[in-house]
Amino acid sequence: MPVWLTEDEFETLSVACDRLLPPSDASPGAVAAGVPDYIDGLLGAFCVDPPKIWAGGPVSGRHGGEPSFARFHRLGALDELAWRMRIEGSRGLPEREFNGPVIGLQERYRQGLAALGDDFRQLGPQAQDQRLRSLPHVADLLFGHACEGMYGAPEYGGNRDGSGWDAIGFAGDVQPRGWTDAEVSDP
Amino acid sequence: MTLDAVIVGSGPGGATAADVLTAAGWSVAIIEKGRNHLLDPEDLRRPAFDYSNDEIKYLTRHFLGPDPLVEPRTFRADPVDGDHTHVGEFNSVPSTVGGGGTHADGKVPRFMPDDFRVHSLLGPQPDADVADWPLGYDELEPFYAEAERLIGVAGTEGANPFAGPRSAPFPMPSGAPMYGALLSSEAAVRLGYHPYPAPTAANSVPYDGRPACNNCGFCAYFGCPIHAKGDPVAMLVRAMATGRAELHAETFVSRICFEGRKATGVEVVAPDGSKQVIGARHVVVAAGAIETPRLLLLSGLDHPLVGRYLMTHYQTIVAGTLPVRTHAERGRAVTHVHDDMIVGDDDTRAAAVAAGLPWLRGGMVEHSGSGLPIMEARHYPWGEQHPHLMTNSPIRQRLWAFIMQGEDLPYPGNRVDLDPTVRDARGFPVARVTYRPGRHELAASAHYGPRLRAILKEMGAEWTAVTSSPGRGNATSPEGIPESRHNMGTVRMGADPTTSVVGPAGRLHQFDNVVVADSSVFVTSTGYGPTLTLAALAARAAHLLVGS
Repeated sequence: MPVWLTEDEFETLSVACDRLLPPSDASPGAVAAGVPDYIDGLLGAFCVDPPKIWAGGPVSGRHGGEPSFARFHRLGALDELAWRMRIEGSRGLPEREFNGPVIGLQERYRQGLAALGDDFRQLGPQAQDQRLRSLPHVADLLFGHACEGMYGAPEYGGNRDGSGWDAIGFAGDVQPRGWTDAEVSDP
Repeated sequence: MTLDAVIVGSGPGGATAADVLTAAGWSVAIIEKGRNHLLDPEDLRRPAFDYSNDEIKYLTRHFLGPDPLVEPRTFRADPVDGDHTHVGEFNSVPSTVGGGGTHADGKVPRFMPDDFRVHSLLGPQPDADVADWPLGYDELEPFYAEAERLIGVAGTEGANPFAGPRSAPFPMPSGAPMYGALLSSEAAVRLGYHPYPAPTAANSVPYDGRPACNNCGFCAYFGCPIHAKGDPVAMLVRAMATGRAELHAETFVSRICFEGRKATGVEVVAPDGSKQVIGARHVVVAAGAIETPRLLLLSGLDHPLVGRYLMTHYQTIVAGTLPVRTHAERGRAVTHVHDDMIVGDDDTRAAAVAAGLPWLRGGMVEHSGSGLPIMEARHYPWGEQHPHLMTNSPIRQRLWAFIMQGEDLPYPGNRVDLDPTVRDARGFPVARVTYRPGRHELAASAHYGPRLRAILKEMGAEWTAVTSSPGRGNATSPEGIPESRHNMGTVRMGADPTTSVVGPAGRLHQFDNVVVADSSVFVTSTGYGPTLTLAALAARAAHLLVGS
C-alpha cells in the first residue's frame, strides 16, 4: 500500500520509473530496487513521526557498528515549515507565502502522473519513452528522485537491500570500517 | 551579569574566537541561526553523532542548511538586470553549528607571503580596487600556527616550494594519498609543476581526543561521522568545557544594538519566534561574507563600502576520463594540490599582455575525482543506456578533474546588499548578491584551462572538457551564479576608514567594540580557500581583545 499516492498513481509511477531506470543484466530496474516506494515515502514524509526527511547517524550497521541510521531526525520549527512548503506547497497559508505561492511536490506529482495519461501503462516501451520525452518537466521531476531512490541509502525506502549499490560496485556508507590506507593509495 | 562578548556565528571564525576568549576567562554567548548537529544536546562539552555517510541527507535535502525555501538569497549579474534574476540558493555555506567547517573537505592552506602585498608587488588592475593588506604574513604567522594547532592540520613541511616560512611544524603528518591524485601528481611533475599533499584538517593520527580519519570518502559536502575532521568541533567543545560559553542554536541575530559609538548587545529571534535582547560588552560578528554584511545593513550601518568587494574564487574546472578506475570514493576527497598557477611564469605574463592586463593570477589547483553515485546518475540521460553507463562509470570511477580556485579581484560593483522585496521566513530582508567576473578572471581562466587540460592528457585522459564557475553563457541565467562557496571581502579591512570598513585589528572603524571575525574582512581573495586565514585572523582579533 502506498503511503501517499493512490494505488493507481503508484502503478503509473512504477511503470514510468522503470522506463527511466530500466533493468539490465547487471542491474535491477527502478521497481525492483524500490524507487517508487522511495518517491511515495518522500511525498508522504509527514504521514509518519518523525517525518522521513533526514535519516540518523552515525552508522547503518552494514559495515559494522550499532545500526542507528533508521532513527529519523525530528525537525525544528523552521525545517518543518520548509519541508511542508516543499512537499505540500503553500496552500494559501500566509506563513508559507512570505515570498508568494509555492507549488509542492505532491501537486507536481499528482498533475505530472495525470499528464502521462490513462493509457500510459498500456503503451509499449517505445511509446512510453516517447510520452515521457514529450513531457520533459514530468520526466525530469521523476528522474531526479528516481536517481536518489536507486542509489541513496536504503533507509529512505529505495535501493532495496543495497541492490542499486551492488550493481555498480559501490560499497555505500562504509563507516565505521572506512578504507585502509592501502585501499586508498593502491590501484 | 553582562556577558563579555556575544559571538554571531559558530563556524571556524566564531568558534576560534570563542575558544580564545573563553580560554582568557571571558564569558561568551555563541548565537547560531542553524541547527545543532555538532555538539551533544545532553552535554555540549561532547560531540554529537548525527552525521553519517548519506548522500540524500546532505546533497539533496539541506541537512546542514540553509534551506533556500525559508532562507533564500537573491542574485543578479548586473543592476541593469532588475531587482534580481534568481531567488533561492547562492553559494551557500552551511548554516549549522560549526558553519562552513562542517561540510568542507578540510583543505586549509596558508596564504603565501606575497598574497598580502599584491598591489605593491604587481601594481593596480583596471576596474578593480586591489590593495595591500594592512598586515603581513610575518604578523599573521604565529596565528596561522595557533589556528593549525587548534583545528588540527595534517601536512608535509617543505613539500610546497612556494610556501611561506613556518614557526612550527604541522601538528600531524599528511594522510593517505588517493590513487588518482598520485597519478595526476606524477603527470604534473613531468610537466614541470610542483604538486604536494594538501594541508588538510583531517586527522592522520589520533589528535586532541578525536580519532584518525578512516578514509570513508564522504568528506566534501558531508559532516564527519567520527569527528576526525577539523571542523570547529574541537574549538567549540573546548569553549563549552570552560563553563564560560553558552550556545544558542536556531537563534537568528536580527540586529546589533548601538548606543553612540558602542554596541550594547544583539537583538535575536529565539527558536519559538520571540524577540529577545542579549547584552554584552563586545560583539563579535562571524556570520560569513554574505550574512555578516546583511546583519550590518539590517543594523543600519551606513558605511558606503559595507557589502562591496564580494569575491568568490572564479573556478576553472577541467575534467577528463581515464582508462583506469580511480576509486575516488575512497579517501579525503582531495589529497593533492599545486600552487604553480598562482605564481605564474613567462607564458602567464605573455597571456596578461595579450589580454591587455598588467598581470594574471590563477589559484590553487585541486586534484580530485568524484565518487558519489546519485550525482553521477543524474548526469547520464535516462533510458536504456542508463544502467550500462552506471556500470561502466565514466564519471564516478574514471573521471579525474582539476579545480583551480582562481583569484577573484575586488570590484566595487560585486556586492551584497538587502533585497528590496524578498524576505526570509522570519520576515527579514534577505541578502542580494550582484556579481560578475571581470576581465582578469576571464583571461586567467582562459589561460590556465588549456594548461590544466595538458596535465590530464599527460595522464592519458581519453576525453577532456574545460569549463568554469560561474559559466560563461548568459550572465543572467543560473549559469552566472558561482559555486565556489568561498565568499570573501564584503567588510574590507584597512587602516583608512574611508577605504575600509574594519581596521587592522578587525574592529569596525565606526564603533568601539564590534569585531568582524570571518572572511568578510579579506582585502584580496588570493588563490587559496579562506578557512585557515579567517581562523588565524579571528584568533588574532580575539587575542587583541583580551590583551593576550
